[in-house]
This record gives sequence, structure tokens and C-alpha cells, in this order.
Amino acid sequence: MKILVCISCVPDTTTKINFTADQKAFETQGVQYIINPNDEFGLTRAIRLQQSHGAHVTVVTVGDVSCEPILRKCLAIGADAALRIDTQPQDGYFVSKQLEALCQKQSFDLILTGRESIDYNGGMVGGMLATLLNLPFVTHCVGLEINGDEAIMQREIDGGKEHTKANLPVVLGAQKGLVEEKDLIIPNMRGIMQARQKPLTVEAPVALDPRSQIEHYEKPEARGPVTLFDLSDVDGLLNALQNQAKVL
Amino acid sequence: MAVVTFIETHNGKASKASLELLSYGRSMAAATSASLVAVIFSDSDTQELKDHGADVIYTVDTASDSYFNLERYSTTLAEISALEKATLVVVSSSSEGRYLGPSLAVKTEATYLSNAVALPTAYNPFTVKQSCFTNKGFAISESLSSSTVLSLSSNSFGIHPQPGRGEVKTHPYASTQSKLEVTKVEHAQESISIADADIVVSGGRGLKGPEHWHLIEDLASTLGAATACSKPVSDLGWRPHSEHVGQTGKPVASNLYIAIGISGAIQHLAGINASKVKVVINNDPEAPFFKAADYGIVGDAFEVVPVLIEKLKALKKA
Repeated sequence: MKILVCISCVPDTTTKINFTADQKAFETQGVQYIINPNDEFGLTRAIRLQQSHGAHVTVVTVGDVSCEPILRKCLAIGADAALRIDTQPQDGYFVSKQLEALCQKQSFDLILTGRESIDYNGGMVGGMLATLLNLPFVTHCVGLEINGDEAIMQREIDGGKEHTKANLPVVLGAQKGLVEEKDLIIPNMRGIMQARQKPLTVEAPVALDPRSQIEHYEKPEARGPVTLFDLSDVDGLLNALQNQAKVL
Repeated sequence: MAVVTFIETHNGKASKASLELLSYGRSMAAATSASLVAVIFSDSDTQELKDHGADVIYTVDTASDSYFNLERYSTTLAEISALEKATLVVVSSSSEGRYLGPSLAVKTEATYLSNAVALPTAYNPFTVKQSCFTNKGFAISESLSSSTVLSLSSNSFGIHPQPGRGEVKTHPYASTQSKLEVTKVEHAQESISIADADIVVSGGRGLKGPEHWHLIEDLASTLGAATACSKPVSDLGWRPHSEHVGQTGKPVASNLYIAIGISGAIQHLAGINASKVKVVINNDPEAPFFKAADYGIVGDAFEVVPVLIEKLKALKKA
């Protein structure tokens, strides 16, 4: 079984988000990048399938050379090979088309994306890629078992869970729950050493125009200070919620 | 020209998010002299859709398919969009809406823009404000195609009923062979989902253990609210993952969010930031959540919450 895990490099979850003075770009100065958390759940599930089913795990990202430390980390976690499609990701459609081209050159039985990236929150690459490749797709995926040629999956829905199955290949949007947080793999020294020997290949992108562009960014409006009520003044709080905020 | 909306129903009634879509779509249709088209995949109250702004209502009989089917729904919507020469298709931020949007955009060769939080600022090129960086920023984005599929952030526009023409049509359900088979759908016990709730009551590690969760549940049931929790609480296994709200959990965009015993880590705040009014109850006056909240009580949850429940019950009776 061949697995592709699509990785997005995103600012660390604790990052304070700032934009450049002209508001045209995200301020990257001093920002630490990490594997998109949703993608990391997918990667861990893939490594477990490598251990249980002898799967071969390839990780891929669309980005410039600055993404390579993240790919090396994926290799240290246990991926067998890494690919970098050498271009700036322009929008979700652009990234999906780059991945589509890769999936047509090499065939994969299982393609894992994250349910969304924590930077642009588009949640679109998995669904677009699946549609472009005409493959079944399950997003918000919180369960995956492979049984021969069949994938048995669970999708988290509003107020419940949907159980599905499909023949491989399938495309998934991973999230927390696909593996437990405590089961995420932290690279050890052996893994880090081995990662240096594993292949990291740079692929040329396909020429393509994006379908959207960001004109500028804005930060959320600063909020006023909190109104505090004394422990003995629960009535004061309820009064404010009822008559001032009008939410009760 | 048309603005097409994907309407989701529960027990024959349009969901709150779908009615919000109609209000949002009504405004866009008015601005572009387009008609507002509503598409429903079930027997539903079409009068309600007319009252909320639909000019044309397509009902699609899914008969054999009792579950949401990504391929058949998206193909059907693509057909209707082509028929109506839609320049805009709007879906909600529900699990179905955001599942459908990207696939539909590929099928209709449209641009997909997610998490719109306001009406477009321009229609040529189509320009709209989207939330990004998990509500820590906004992107003002332009569509570079002639048509756009848009997902609307829930509770960002509100419901403003304004009647439409309400002409009812039927459209056949796409016969696409589905590659994915739904075997079962489980619905959780809780009556109100986080996505639908006007009020969310959320508990953190300050509650000291799962045995104290009756405080959260009692407060939630008094308020008719959904229950949620912080990441450490779900990681510790006190509560199921499905209740985890925050950057890597579920997003919350309720009218009122009450955080009890949650310190307010930046990842948590990002996930709940779209809520309109935030109340914090925490015994640590230095908890970062107080900087992000509208109202707060510095105090022990075990003292405050029972009083709050009692007073709310009295208030309801009055």
C-alpha cells in the first residue's frame, strides 16, 4: 500500500498573528513553523499503517525551500520519502492542482490531507483533490481502518458520527480523533538521524493561475476591557447579559 | 443570474444556518439584480423558505438516499447552478456545507472562498472578507473566476426575514454512482449540537474532574445551551473529543459563550473568538481569558455556578 500525506507548513498554534505595515502580507518575522496539526494526525495514522500493513509513506508539501525542515521532521517521525513541489502556494485550488498532477504521475492507495490548515482554514484541498481525481472523500475523519482493498471510515458530523466505507484509493481530511493526541509521534534521535538519509525530492510545479487572491488583510478589532462582577453579584452579571448584551 | 443557496433541513424545517444563508443570499441577490434560489434535498416547509427570501425553490427527491451523499448532492447542485446561470453559490459552515463547497467549486469551475464573515465589498471582481488564522485575522479576497462558491461563517450575518417569490420547482436527484457508502449514522445523546447552539457552556481543567461535570450540564440545560470543553479536558479523557472547542477542535460562533475554569490559552481563544459575548468564571484573576472576555466573575466555579443556576431558574419562572 502506498500512502501520500499532504503537509502544510503553518505558524505555530501560539503565534500572535500580525500583518505587514501595508497589510498586504502575513508578517513572517519571528514566526515558528510547524506541521499543520490536522495533517500531523493524518501522518501519525499513516505511520501506524506502515507498521501494521507495511505501507510506504510519502509526505508532500507545496512550498519553497523554507518548508524543508518540516519535511525532515515528517521523515524523522517515520515517513519513508518526502517531496516538495517547488512553488509558493497561491490558493487552495492551486495547491490541489499541484497535488493532482503528482497523484497522476505516481499512484497512491490512500491520500491524507488535514481537514483544514490552521492558517487559511479553507478546508478545501482534500475535497478539491478528491473531485479532481474522481475519488471518494471523507473529511473531518475520526476513524480509519484498512481491510484488504476497503477503507472503513468515520466522519464527525454536527452532533454525531457517520460511518462510511469505500474501495481504495480514497482521500481523507484528517483531524484530532483519527489518532489520539497522546499517540502523536515525537521524533527520537534515531529517527532524526535516519531522516538525513531518506530521500527529499524537489519537483517542478505545473504552470497554473490561482482562482483567488488576497487583496489585503485585517486584524480583528480590539475589544473593550472585561466588566467584572463580584462573587456576590451574580444578579449584576445576569442583568448585564439580559439588558446590556441581550443574549439571555 | 442567480444566487443559489444549499438549504439543510432537520425534521422538515430549515436549519438556523440555512435561514441565515437565505438572508445573506437575499442581500446579494438584491445588489446584483439576481434571483435567490434555494435547493432542498428533502420534503420541507417551502413557505418558510419563501418567507425568508427564496424566489425559486428547487426540491430534490433523494428517495433511496437517506444520508448526505457528497457526490450526488454536489452533482445535483452543479446542474441547478448551470440551469439558473448562477454566479454565486452559498453554503453554510455546517459539516455538510463545508464538505460540499470545495467539490462543488471544482465541478462548476468556480472559485471557492471559505468562511465569509460579511457581505461582499464588491461584485466585480467578487470581493469578500473571510476569517483566517482561526479568527485571529481576516483576509479580503477576490475571486478571479466568473462564478464563486462561498461558505458563510455561522452567526456572522444573522437572520433577517424578507419574503421572496417562492416559486416551487422540482429537480431530479443526480444518478451518479456513489463511490462512498454510508453504513450508519450515530447521533450523540446531547440534544443541542455546538454548531447549532445560541449558547455554549464550556468547562476546563478548573473543574478538577469529570465527576463535577454535572455543574456544566445543569447550567447548560437551564440555559438550553450546548456543552463544550477545553483541549486538556478532552485529552485527559474527562469529556469526548466531539466536545473539544478551540483551534484544533470545533469552532464556536454562538451568541453567548460561558467559559468555566478555562484559563484561555491562545489556541482556545482562537476557536471561540467568533462568539458574540463571552463570559468567564475563573478563580485566577490573572487568567488570560479575562482579557478576551466581555464579562467575568473572579471566583470558584464550585461556588459561582450553583448560584448562577439557581438565579437563572428563578429568572425563567418570573
